[in-house]
Amino acid sequence: MKRFTQAAWDEPLINELSRPGRVGNLVPTDRQIKSRFKDPASLVPPSLRRDSVNLPELSELQVLRHFNRLSQMNFSVELGMYPLGSCTMKYNPKVSEMIAGSDGMKHAHPLQPAETAQGLLSIFYELERYLSEITGMSRFSLSTAAGAQGELAGVLMIRKYLMDHGGAGRDEILVPDSAHGTNPASAAMAGFKVVKVPSDEDGQVRAKSVAELCSEKTAGMMFTVPNTLGLFEGEVAEVSSAVHRAGGLMYYDGANMNALLGRARPGDMGFDVVHLNLHKTFATPHGGGGPGAGPVGVTRKLAEYLPVPVVSKGKTGYSLDYDLKHSIGPLKGFVGNSAVLLRAYIYIRLLGASGLADVSSLAVLAANYLWKSLDPDAFPASHGKGMRRKHEAVVSVKSELPGAAMSVAKAVLDYGMHAPTVYFPLIVHEALMIEPTESEPLEMLDEYAAALNEIYGKLKDGNLGEVPRNTSVGKVDEVKASHPMTLRVHW
Amino acid sequence: MRDAPRRHPLLPNLDEALVAKMLEKAGAESIDELFSDIPQDVRLGRKLRLPEGASEYEVRREVQARLAQNRTPPGTLCFLGGGVWPHYVPAAVESITSRQEFYTAYTPYQAEISQGMLQSLFEYQSLMCDLLGMEACNSSLYDWASAAGEAVRMAGRVTGRKRVLLAGSSGLQRRSVIRTYTEPMGLKLETVAFDRTRGTLDLDDLEQKLGEDVACLYVENPNYFGVIEDGIAELVAKARSAGALSIVGVDPISLSLVKEPGAYGADIVVGEGQPLGIAMNYGGPHLGIFAVRDIKLARSMPGRLIGLTTSASDPTRKAFAMVLQAREQHIRREAATSNVCTNQSLMALAAASYLSLLGKEGFRSLGETVISNSHYAAKRLSQIRGVTSPHFRGAYFKEFVVSYKKAKAEAVFRRLARKGVLAGYPVAKSFGLGSEAGTFCVTEVHSRDDIERLGAALEEAL
Repeated sequence: MKRFTQAAWDEPLINELSRPGRVGNLVPTDRQIKSRFKDPASLVPPSLRRDSVNLPELSELQVLRHFNRLSQMNFSVELGMYPLGSCTMKYNPKVSEMIAGSDGMKHAHPLQPAETAQGLLSIFYELERYLSEITGMSRFSLSTAAGAQGELAGVLMIRKYLMDHGGAGRDEILVPDSAHGTNPASAAMAGFKVVKVPSDEDGQVRAKSVAELCSEKTAGMMFTVPNTLGLFEGEVAEVSSAVHRAGGLMYYDGANMNALLGRARPGDMGFDVVHLNLHKTFATPHGGGGPGAGPVGVTRKLAEYLPVPVVSKGKTGYSLDYDLKHSIGPLKGFVGNSAVLLRAYIYIRLLGASGLADVSSLAVLAANYLWKSLDPDAFPASHGKGMRRKHEAVVSVKSELPGAAMSVAKAVLDYGMHAPTVYFPLIVHEALMIEPTESEPLEMLDEYAAALNEIYGKLKDGNLGEVPRNTSVGKVDEVKASHPMTLRVHW
Repeated sequence: MRDAPRRHPLLPNLDEALVAKMLEKAGAESIDELFSDIPQDVRLGRKLRLPEGASEYEVRREVQARLAQNRTPPGTLCFLGGGVWPHYVPAAVESITSRQEFYTAYTPYQAEISQGMLQSLFEYQSLMCDLLGMEACNSSLYDWASAAGEAVRMAGRVTGRKRVLLAGSSGLQRRSVIRTYTEPMGLKLETVAFDRTRGTLDLDDLEQKLGEDVACLYVENPNYFGVIEDGIAELVAKARSAGALSIVGVDPISLSLVKEPGAYGADIVVGEGQPLGIAMNYGGPHLGIFAVRDIKLARSMPGRLIGLTTSASDPTRKAFAMVLQAREQHIRREAATSNVCTNQSLMALAAASYLSLLGKEGFRSLGETVISNSHYAAKRLSQIRGVTSPHFRGAYFKEFVVSYKKAKAEAVFRRLARKGVLAGYPVAKSFGLGSEAGTFCVTEVHSRDDIERLGAALEEAL
């Protein structure tokens, strides 16, 4: 195996680098204006005047060195394989960054008149059409800032639609036990009670168990397809019918849409509402934990319920429409995460219809290949043993040792590769959730599988030792992080 | 031409031979077989109706040409504000946020290999706490409006009360977002009036509306009109004596000269971090500020929090980790404080590097330039006939309202845009100003010549 050592700068906190008399950027000042306002601070009412702000004082180079050193202590997609299950850590094309740096993107103000922003609005209009076609929905709102916000918008629409159609008493949302935590959290934010739907031994939600849980209280169901076990939900159409028969609406969590591009569409499975994580499927950088974008799409009957604004095309060109008759309202201050939307648009244009279908084909192929390359005795599948995987594979770490999955995860880091998602989904014992994506070359998949198999051998023989060893710090003391808790420094 | 084998820079395993090798291991005859578990009736069975892919060069050329149609700085002058403001982003900030190690990573779930982002976020928390006078700041929400929505939800949860008082001088869109966020909780939103002359919140009206059933007061400082709420200490004190929480929304740049909310007793501070080194980006991504007065409130707040700790094997080696995760959706599910998951880490990194670059003196001089330029501009516009500038008598920082005797605000706004000046966003009728008015935002990016161009354009547009 290749050797890896992460940079380990003993980098102080930024305030510890401060020394009076330094500055890292000069602010423009106009002499004539300055001469008119000798003491600008006196323009602030006396009761609210601030004497000074406690900020560090550093030169430009010092600030750059500090953050550049920190960056070297951060693992990323462009350094190595990052198969965090459910997060779709694919490669983000550089050209998107270049284009998003254009003046016409960076310096556009969300309140400028539509006629002065036609370039961007035309792109958003096309993106909205593309997403509708990809998912089989009628219309999208691009305004929601992240997957979780798209989910919230989705369940709020379900709530409002039902209230307008005699379903005000429907206060239950069905959520499978394999679902992401955001699903029950979003449903609860929208005022719903969460009814848990059990998965069977094949990791499948059965239409029969859904039908049994449905009642006149059912508002709808949030469903992730393929599910978080990486398995396609074979009865999705029947599940949709059961919920619809009971008077509820179907919500599609698009977290795993990377598996289905050009193969199947939520609209054809009976879903009424869909959110997409553009940062996952459509390759916008994850930013170390944001920003993302989570547009939400609906069928025709829900189109007037979308969060505002939506992009419209009229006789005078493109515009932002804030006047949807039944809209749940806005969830964000302005248009949406526009610079993220632009990157997703570019990604779709780079790949096109055939390329997007190749993406799902090769992502699914990679997941199945990697899964089959793992030692099945070491990493048995918890569910659906004979079934195909879609975009990701979930396995258990076979061990009597508590925390075996975490040990494996920490050990992977020492190979210069990121760990899979661990301990999720919750229904899997000692879970590793591995999503390689279509971006990883075959050789890398081989390396990853070999590393996991090797680690398991050491774990079984009790030779793993303390891991990780090659990262910028050894195992972090998470207990001490909370006792006592230090969330800031006083200096 | 030959029928070339299919290749794509984003798809390293597209080649037929590679596919065959992988299929063999996967135990499938074809890729289609890998999808055979999708029932026939839900398969698409046709190609997506999308354009075919294009080369990087073609896409770049076309998209950049379309973006160039937008009228933006530097060719156009922008004096718009309202929660997104034109400020200069130092080159060093762009350099730092363009580090692929930061921007192509994800949430630091594996702390040991992600210390760089964790330390940056911790530093963001710390810098923001100093700036805001707070004890805990999360490592960001989506934007000001959604942070305000989360804050009001939190106040409802913490107090168990049902009435919410929103400052009538606060931004309408933010109030709408608060409404969307809180509607399922059954909170009753009421508006506190503002003084039509000064543009500040009406203390008497607040007193009348306060009661033991009020969860919180939401007030902005400076407010939507750009006016500094000079009575905010009294407003906050009144709210506290009624047992309500005070949520203060801020433009962080104003805190260069204006007292920090912690100094006048705010419980929760929200705001827009965009001016701290983030481009306007036509509305996003931006940075939702969310901070609280003490650790006790931190236990009820939404969003990621980073704590300082050490390595377990070497207690002399500092390290960072996510803390209080038991509040969050991935652990607590339906009982979580919020559904928020991914946030705006990269934007928090931008803000941390921005505040470090400007530093103590640079940040103060930024405030001085901004307040001087805005007052200079307000004075310039006041020389135009038929214009009252500023419309309100209250003190202001970087934005101000201008009212017109005869002209319609909407028409002025569009005429200015045609002259290459984005300015005078109309003040909504629902504020009840009683006259046609627009808002103007002036910052350090505006030179004296720019302000003169604005003045000349407004003269012609009226």
